[in-house]
Amino acid sequence: MTDDRMTAPGRFGRYGGRYVPETLMAALEQLEAVYAAAQADPAFWAELDGLLRDYVGRPTPLTEVPRLSAAVGPGVRVVLKREDLNHTGAHKINNTLGQGLLARRMGKRRIIAETGAGQHGVATATVCARFGLDCVVYMGEEDMRRQRLNVYRMELMGARVVPVASGTKTLKDATNEALRDWVTNVTDTHYIIGSVVGPDPFPRIVRDFQAVIGREARAQVLERYGRLPKSVVACVGGGSNAMGIFTAFLDDRSVELVGVEAAGEGVETGRHAASLGRGRPGVFHGSLSYLLQDADGQVQPAHSVSAGLDYPGVGPEHAFLKDSGRVLYQAITDREALEAFGELSRLEGILPALESAHAVAWVRTRRERWSEGDIVLINLSGRGDKDVAMVAELSGATP
Amino acid sequence: MVRDERRAALIPYLTAGYPTPARAVEALRMVAAAGADLVEVGLPFSDPLADGVTIQRSTQAALDQGVTAARALELVDQAALDIPVVIMTYVNPVLAYGVERFLSDAHAAGASGLLLTDFPAGADPDLEERVAASPLALIRLIAPTTQPERLARAVRGASGFIYLISRLGVTGARDEAPPDLSKHVAAIRAATRLPIAVGFGIGTAAQARATARVADGVVVGSALVEALGGGGLSEAERLVRALAAAVREERR
Repeated sequence: MTDDRMTAPGRFGRYGGRYVPETLMAALEQLEAVYAAAQADPAFWAELDGLLRDYVGRPTPLTEVPRLSAAVGPGVRVVLKREDLNHTGAHKINNTLGQGLLARRMGKRRIIAETGAGQHGVATATVCARFGLDCVVYMGEEDMRRQRLNVYRMELMGARVVPVASGTKTLKDATNEALRDWVTNVTDTHYIIGSVVGPDPFPRIVRDFQAVIGREARAQVLERYGRLPKSVVACVGGGSNAMGIFTAFLDDRSVELVGVEAAGEGVETGRHAASLGRGRPGVFHGSLSYLLQDADGQVQPAHSVSAGLDYPGVGPEHAFLKDSGRVLYQAITDREALEAFGELSRLEGILPALESAHAVAWVRTRRERWSEGDIVLINLSGRGDKDVAMVAELSGATP
Repeated sequence: MVRDERRAALIPYLTAGYPTPARAVEALRMVAAAGADLVEVGLPFSDPLADGVTIQRSTQAALDQGVTAARALELVDQAALDIPVVIMTYVNPVLAYGVERFLSDAHAAGASGLLLTDFPAGADPDLEERVAASPLALIRLIAPTTQPERLARAVRGASGFIYLISRLGVTGARDEAPPDLSKHVAAIRAATRLPIAVGFGIGTAAQARATARVADGVVVGSALVEALGGGGLSEAERLVRALAAAVREERR
């Protein structure tokens, strides 16, 4: 299978590439070759599809949310793709299962991962338990504080969670530390990167494993409504759930695709994570993409109430889709996301992850965009149980 | 590498701006006077993913004191060394500075080579061409994991010398000797006539002597940065003199 959106090997337009220490080149070349062989092997996909069905619970439902729809506008149908109902509570497991199978094909028995909110760490620990692989997860100290429950979940499944105290103590530094581990242990270790970021071939491998979201959602919308959605909306940190749902719709020119970044305390305050909105191209974590950086090329700390969006970079394919104009990138503040978190909980009985709440917030604050009969598809990438303590703390409640 | 003396070159690494900008200039002059044949100067980057804790701390300290790429080049210029200077950094600070302008300013400041840690052969042909067209030598890293079929590609377009990473992992002094060093050196010699320097994990005179037996250059980074940070210039100078004596004991 060739990748028709790649303009040069490992590139989306000018973005992407393999900017890594030479030590890792052999592992990237091996991964590329093993993935190419797996892509062409029906047995690989049969095994993955079987696991997605029987272990993860796919296909995930498409849920129409009438009370939220009514708040958006008369006759507008807001529908959620329920990735929150996956085993482990988010879309992350679509990718970790696929990469776990690749690791097995490469004969690598040790798995490392970085995690921000903890969802990718949990999904990696889960797959390692299922496949009997050793698992080490790097997590920023600040994120470990924000997401204590997820740390414990990983440990319950036999993973070792290593606190990262360097830099901003968040996802960016956890990724640095995972890359340092990989440089040291590359011969027996596979790095399951959690988003469509990093050096080629990771952005396209992660996208391909997440593309199941959009394939299912597109077919489900067509089957139920007999037409395509007007808009497809997803939050963007590194951007894996967004690539996962966008990919199936890229050729449907009538469908508006919207990626929602974290505006944090407001993009004008400088405390945000809007890499596409406010960054400029730079090389970070192995690829060229939009990046929050100062004039000297030093990476700037990101800020978001949601740990999963708290990342100064973004996947290179998103950079390409921004420049091409195919996807519209917008930003939502911490406050707006928290309001959407509360609103979806109250109106529909669904607690969204704070990350996914950014996508919900964009829809509820842009209601003038849609009219009667329009379908608005939101990727509800994860569930909010992990965020309840944090939201309670921010709202002054004592659970 | 130091052909007329038939011995390996000593290549210390120092972080620009560490421990302070003024001290860094003194340290550069010190290593040149104490027997270094070439010096690598690290330009700080916020996310040094190939560096261990010692160099991470030093580059962060430099950043905290406002050592930008421009300031780092000023320090090199100010040191006015009579030995060659190789600038070592990551791709992004160079892109942010502007590639052409960086290459010409680095040359004007006295640098003769450029080593980018996250820039393997083939990663960015355009950037590769621009460095090749500049007066700076493009120093390539070769790793223990570099496969034979890749080696030929990886040395193509390299100039100055080849930097062989002696072991897997990030920068940082280690106790044990690098495994299979002579095997890796021999493989590179079969692919290129460029001199081969070896670094990563070398911190003592004994390790330097052992490395000088097979390689044309010995790079010492973290151990020197540690000495400079912990014991100041005098301790750093003692280390450099011991290393300089060690490489001079191994004539070939």
